[in-house]
Amino acid sequence: MADVAIRFKDVDKWFGKLKVLSDINLAVVAGEVVVVCGPSGSGKSTLIRCVNGLEGIQGGDLIVLGESIVRPGVSMSGLRTRVGMVFQSFNLFPHMTVLQNITLAPVRVRGLGATEAEKTARALLERVRIPDKADHYPANLSGGQQQRVAIARALAMQPKIMLFDEPTSALDPEMINEVLDVMTDLAKDGMTMMVVTHEMGFARRVAHRVVFMDGGRVVEEATPEAFFATARSDRAKEFLSKILSH
Amino acid sequence: MNYQFKWSVLWSGQSGVWLLQGLITTVEISALAWVLAAALGILSGALRTVPWKPARALATAYVEFFRNVPLLVWMFFWYFGVPPLLPRAVQDWIFNHGAEFWAGMFALGVYHGARMSEVIRSGIQAIPRTQFEASVAMGLTTFQAYRLVIVPIALRLIVPPATSESLNLLKNSSVALTISVAELTFQTRQIETYTAKAIEALTAGTVIYLVLCVGIAAIMARVERRFAIPGLIARGG
Repeated sequence: MADVAIRFKDVDKWFGKLKVLSDINLAVVAGEVVVVCGPSGSGKSTLIRCVNGLEGIQGGDLIVLGESIVRPGVSMSGLRTRVGMVFQSFNLFPHMTVLQNITLAPVRVRGLGATEAEKTARALLERVRIPDKADHYPANLSGGQQQRVAIARALAMQPKIMLFDEPTSALDPEMINEVLDVMTDLAKDGMTMMVVTHEMGFARRVAHRVVFMDGGRVVEEATPEAFFATARSDRAKEFLSKILSH
Repeated sequence: MNYQFKWSVLWSGQSGVWLLQGLITTVEISALAWVLAAALGILSGALRTVPWKPARALATAYVEFFRNVPLLVWMFFWYFGVPPLLPRAVQDWIFNHGAEFWAGMFALGVYHGARMSEVIRSGIQAIPRTQFEASVAMGLTTFQAYRLVIVPIALRLIVPPATSESLNLLKNSSVALTISVAELTFQTRQIETYTAKAIEALTAGTVIYLVLCVGIAAIMARVERRFAIPGLIARGG
């Protein structure tokens, strides 16, 4: 069996008195692309935010790259250097150029020299297909370009896992594909990915597995073919009929 | 009106030297107090937003304690109140080394630091939380996230109110005359006492304060433009 990169074991999470994740059991193996979908408020963003510790869990265990993240004394910043994240709202640092955004963590966290970090950053900009934007500020880029810089910034830390939290939800339709193309390349290169998205076309083409959530629970877990052809639960059928009807 | 203006009192006798000394002292005490206020303001302003309650409580206590007592009381406190608590030798030493200057500087710095803190906190709170999340998500520690991302953005956002606060600090340095710091206002009063020419002396002081403050405001306006964050609403007038 392939290495397990992420394992949720009976995970529970509460926001105050509200239980937002219930009894989650899920394993993502290395190199696997898992798309997490579900209606809004189903807990899918919270689920992936637990993986890099942006959200803590209150019950169960969560093992990321062989290490339990609930173990007392675990180094969150150490974990996060190995788990990259891309957000819905890009979150580039507005006072820094594209190049500075990408080199910040490699230089400050991994202790890379400035020249080497810049070389890597420029190579990553090639990879996300905007090599000419290195010296621009985020405000001067389109949404799609900003999100590709955000992906390059996360990749600069050479993570083992990439988390995507609705990476295309804030984009104009014509920019969605340029971001999905970069993500598809990444998947082909064998990156372990957890992707929260409503892009069912991407799920169908790229995902190895689709996880459907509702009410803080994993309701269904299947290959894309099986999920789209014969979703078993009523909630998943209802969700798919809404999302695929337009 | 039978008042006889005699502007020459400002450059005859000792007046010119007094004004210059006053100006230098005002600039010195204000500059040092400003550095202290900026350091305390950034530190406590940032601490008030961190996800750790004891740090927030400490910073809140500092702000509320120091901004809610009049500056004049702080001056008296640091000059008359604190030294007697110190050992005799230390007292002698500080009174031989310009105790009034250091007490005044300290009072000015901690008082304006508390006010600066609120300016900086409002700048930090204007930044979306997700900027902090993005910082730590790539492996920065909370301290690094504040030092490299959050505080640098906040400082760019707060240049206008921070300028006002800095000008207030400079003008409030005149309160230090009450503990005999020979700053600009002290010296204009001295000229007035020696020459009985109040309007001339106070006009000189007024003009010097005005030039200083307008000069600082102009410099800060350049700083604001130089460090403006691309994409935010450009400055007006």
